[in-house]
Amino acid sequence: MNQKAQSVLQAEDIDKYFFSPVKNQVLKKVSFTINRGEFVSVVGKSGCGKSTLLYILSTMDTDYQGKLHLDQELITGKPHDYLARIRNEKIGFVFQFHYLLNEFSVLENILIPGLKLGRYSREELEQRAMEKLKIFEMEEHALKKAYQLSGGQKQRVAIARALINDPLLIMGDEPTGNLDKKNSDIVFNKFKELAEEFNQTMLIVTHDPEFAAGTSRIIEMEDGRVIKS
Amino acid sequence: MKMKWSLIFEISTALMLARFKQTAIAAVGVLFSITMFVALLGFMNGLNTMLDGLVLNRTPHIRFYNEIKPNPNQPIDQKGEFADAWNVIRSIKPSTSRLAIHNASKIIQDLEEDPRVLGVSRKISSQVFFNVGTIDLTGLVNGIDVEKETQLFAFSDYVTAGNLEELVQNNTIVLGKGLADRMLADIGDVVQVTTSQGNRIQLKVVGYYQSGLGDFDNANSFASITTVQKMLGEPPSFITDIQVKLKNLDLAPPMARELETIYEIDADDIQTVNAQFETGTQIRSLISYAVGITLLVVSGFGIYNILNMMIYEKLDTIAILKAIGFSGSDVNRIFITIALSIGLVGGTLGLLFGFLACLGIDQVPFETEALPTIKTFPVDYNPKYYLIGGIFSIITTYLAGYFPAKKASGVDPVDIIRGK
Repeated sequence: MNQKAQSVLQAEDIDKYFFSPVKNQVLKKVSFTINRGEFVSVVGKSGCGKSTLLYILSTMDTDYQGKLHLDQELITGKPHDYLARIRNEKIGFVFQFHYLLNEFSVLENILIPGLKLGRYSREELEQRAMEKLKIFEMEEHALKKAYQLSGGQKQRVAIARALINDPLLIMGDEPTGNLDKKNSDIVFNKFKELAEEFNQTMLIVTHDPEFAAGTSRIIEMEDGRVIKS
Repeated sequence: MKMKWSLIFEISTALMLARFKQTAIAAVGVLFSITMFVALLGFMNGLNTMLDGLVLNRTPHIRFYNEIKPNPNQPIDQKGEFADAWNVIRSIKPSTSRLAIHNASKIIQDLEEDPRVLGVSRKISSQVFFNVGTIDLTGLVNGIDVEKETQLFAFSDYVTAGNLEELVQNNTIVLGKGLADRMLADIGDVVQVTTSQGNRIQLKVVGYYQSGLGDFDNANSFASITTVQKMLGEPPSFITDIQVKLKNLDLAPPMARELETIYEIDADDIQTVNAQFETGTQIRSLISYAVGITLLVVSGFGIYNILNMMIYEKLDTIAILKAIGFSGSDVNRIFITIALSIGLVGGTLGLLFGFLACLGIDQVPFETEALPTIKTFPVDYNPKYYLIGGIFSIITTYLAGYFPAKKASGVDPVDIIRGK
């Protein structure tokens, strides 16, 4: 079987430096490949560079050395507008704190990346958004404003939003880090469900060992290096 | 692409509604400045038009007359053998040519047939003495064609008292207000006039003339052409001035030069005679534009501040938008759209309120001795000012939005997301 054909994300010798306050190498020759359908978690101590790595992989941070392939396409050095389009089309995001746009309703929040991509009409997107909300048992909250929801509810909506464009890859930056045990379990179970039922490729940064244990592959980092993948 | 713009509008609207108060205040700033701009220019130019009208309306565009001056073509110059010589002649006197325009009726007929000419009016200027007891006051009696003068130079507007129709009759006179006051002549009184030839004549006062220019009103009076001809003992063909009003004022100087040579007569055009009025008008307009545009720039800074604040407050929103695939230029468009919406709403309302302000100013009573025809403040409703105001509101709000929008488009989502 050709492993290359299945690769969704491939990092080659990624180096990253911080220059403030002093020059400091935070990522050292990080290389790994994520294949289609994998549910991967990145773990490591605080400050080991796992979040930094995620922002590079997400295409939002372009200040690094090395090569990054997404969907077998070299994306290192591409212009920012092109990267924005790739993020819109191929990557879904779930953050620790930054969930939703408070100015919009739950439904609109989910619609916006879809409207931006423009692949489907608004009516179709609304229908798809409602389907996604049903997966997360949030359909009755569709017309509420985003700020009227609890933290756990917001995170579930955020995951639904990440799914609207059927992304190649979902990335999460400590998606359960800010939630209590109960909500954190709900969110984790939803990720698990996505992996098992929809065969969704996911890359989640976490420092929660319980969360990591539930994933299909763990990449462990220490001091800017991958020590186990 | 259409989808994307509607999405950008949707996001802009949501951001504006989320900060409705600030957005409204910014729009009110634009509204206020556009209102002031339109009202100021309308008022200023209304005044300009009125002040110019004081002189320009009743000044002929071209005036033909015979000037008393030495003949430039002296006999010695015409003698062939001295043509190339340097001739010195001492003590030249003005030639004895008459003040009257030669062959006036033919010239008038020609002018009336000229398509560039709106109308022609005859006139006789005559220096006289008004005899008041033992005192003689110097003055001018203008013999005019009352009907033409009213039609072309708004003569009737300046007759503030009395009955203009009676002026058509013989031996009647309309006195300048200042002159009448000095002579204590009421309407219906008879004044005695002595011409420079020594003829005495009695004229009945039928009205007062008030132009708003004191000096003019102190010396000038008006009578019909036939009255003045009789007074001077001249035949009915005698006139000293031909006054022409053109359809297009700008043609006056070249036409004056052209006709001067054809009729061998002196011609003055309005631009040369009244150059200072145009300069004054231009300076006043310039000042009002400067003040209006300053107001707009100030409101532009208001928008700039409010957008900057909005961007600072909405950094999270910008970061999320960028993370889910909005490019820098999309974010830029969102904030430019916000700025332009503020400009458009504020500008449109401003134009409306500006118009209302003009209507208001137009109602304010403004009565002064010097300006008999003006009852309220004059306002100019020229659509040009509304157009300029509208365009400037869009330009200033665009510029005010440009830098904040650029800043927003440059927001690095990683910085914001990591920051928490």
